[in-house]
Amino acid sequence: MKTIRIGAGAGYSGDRIEPAVELAAKGGIDYLVYECLAERTIGLAQQAKMKDPKAGYDALLEARMRSVLPLCRANGIKLISNMGAANPVAAVEKVREIAAELGLTGLKIAAVTGDDVLEVVKTTDLPLMETGESIRTLDGKIVSANAYLGVEPLLEALRGGADVIISGRVADPALFMAPLIHEFGWKLDDWDKLGKGTLVGHLLECGGQVTGGYFADPGVKDVAGLARLGFPIAEVSEDGTAVITKVEGSGGQVRVATCKEQMLYEIHDPRTYFTPDVVADFSQVTMTQIGPDRVQVAGATGRERTPTLKVSVGYRDGYIGEGQMSYAGPGAQARGELALQIVEQRLSLTGVKFSEVRYDLIGVNSIHTRPNPAEPGEVRVRVAARTTTQKDAVAIGNEVETLYTNGPAGGGGATKSAKEVLAILSVLLPRASVKPAVTYVEV
Amino acid sequence: MKVRDIAHSRTGDKGNISNISIIAFDAKDYERLAKALTPEVVRRHFAWVVKGEVERYELPQLGALNFVMTQALGGGVTRSLALDPHGKCLSSYLLEYDLPDEQ
Repeated sequence: MKTIRIGAGAGYSGDRIEPAVELAAKGGIDYLVYECLAERTIGLAQQAKMKDPKAGYDALLEARMRSVLPLCRANGIKLISNMGAANPVAAVEKVREIAAELGLTGLKIAAVTGDDVLEVVKTTDLPLMETGESIRTLDGKIVSANAYLGVEPLLEALRGGADVIISGRVADPALFMAPLIHEFGWKLDDWDKLGKGTLVGHLLECGGQVTGGYFADPGVKDVAGLARLGFPIAEVSEDGTAVITKVEGSGGQVRVATCKEQMLYEIHDPRTYFTPDVVADFSQVTMTQIGPDRVQVAGATGRERTPTLKVSVGYRDGYIGEGQMSYAGPGAQARGELALQIVEQRLSLTGVKFSEVRYDLIGVNSIHTRPNPAEPGEVRVRVAARTTTQKDAVAIGNEVETLYTNGPAGGGGATKSAKEVLAILSVLLPRASVKPAVTYVEV
Repeated sequence: MKVRDIAHSRTGDKGNISNISIIAFDAKDYERLAKALTPEVVRRHFAWVVKGEVERYELPQLGALNFVMTQALGGGVTRSLALDPHGKCLSSYLLEYDLPDEQ
């Protein structure tokens, strides 16, 4: 039976660079997929693009491409990523430049666009999934609206002979499933197979999390070699069963336990995992350790996809002001508590307006290395509040900072920040309103 | 005995919803976990953070439970005032739960 090997080059935008290089060099993979878009990343990227039309794609795109493009070319590996974020076209132009500079001629690079549905969504009064209120309640505050695209435009690019595909918002599992559908000829209404492909994508989409990253608990769940964690490979068969593994000799481990944690990560009802391509059902999945760092997964299935696509809407939602200060040694906790009381009274006295606030005491051993077991050796005071204006947000941090000369004894290391909040809510948009497109550049 | 003695866990987040898996190291402990960790018990354990409902999904063939807690993340990662806005540390807090003695 035909099998395809897919490697996960990143589990998030800021992820390590070298594990993907290792995959491209020694992984024996056919496809290298980088998943780099969190819920809010695209809204921030959209803001960057508004300031500079050539910006708005992943900050590490250039470093990633320089490190793996020659290896991908040498080893016949196709590369797929959502690193285009808010600007896949500019991202593709950057990839073309890098490829040309590296002398990689004959390379076909595809940009997948059409996920940006800001103009469409603005004209609707669709209900927000989280609150039920109309999207019109966000009028004037919306900065981005991106639909989760499915596999179709990726398949079009693969059929078009693309060596590198750069998209914006595409559902994470679709990035991994498109090569399977393309290679195996699965039908787009073969819900059972698409459920299986979605499980593969879901297990790989967080990179090192399935190979032992974010798993270690010393003495309980030990993992060796986390500093050079290997990223995962899925060896997928035509029938949709898969073996999760990693590059031999790399750090980390692939165990049934790591795979179970990853399967349940960020899913709700395991019977009903919504994606643009299928409603996947993981409720009957089985996992078997078939060798060292080799786990076989089977039993996923699926049902017909929904008629709508989920759209993440980014909007400006006020500010968060924050300040922190440390206290250490005898009586640290009491002084920290006093500091919090002072800030609370000061915010009231000076009329700072906020809709929500929290007063935290953080800490055990960041300053003195031998904490007194009877009480915390140190605490860090933290005040954070939600405000409508930047001025009030700035005032929160200032009130913590002035504890230096106006608060309890021995306070140190004040930090403060005031940031605008880019919040995310979702709507469901009929598929017909979303029109993905694929364009190519060649080197 | 704490949950951590017989199970492991990871937290995920989607918007203002937190999900926490509880996975038995040994399949024979699944029933004990399922009996002890009812949605109501978990809701009470997280009363300080969960403003909505707690739902539980069961995967006996994997020895796993998945708890889905709504309105649990202070508005979600982009809005939360918490030091851990994803709520990723919540799984450790559930591992600390004291399991009732077996009859």
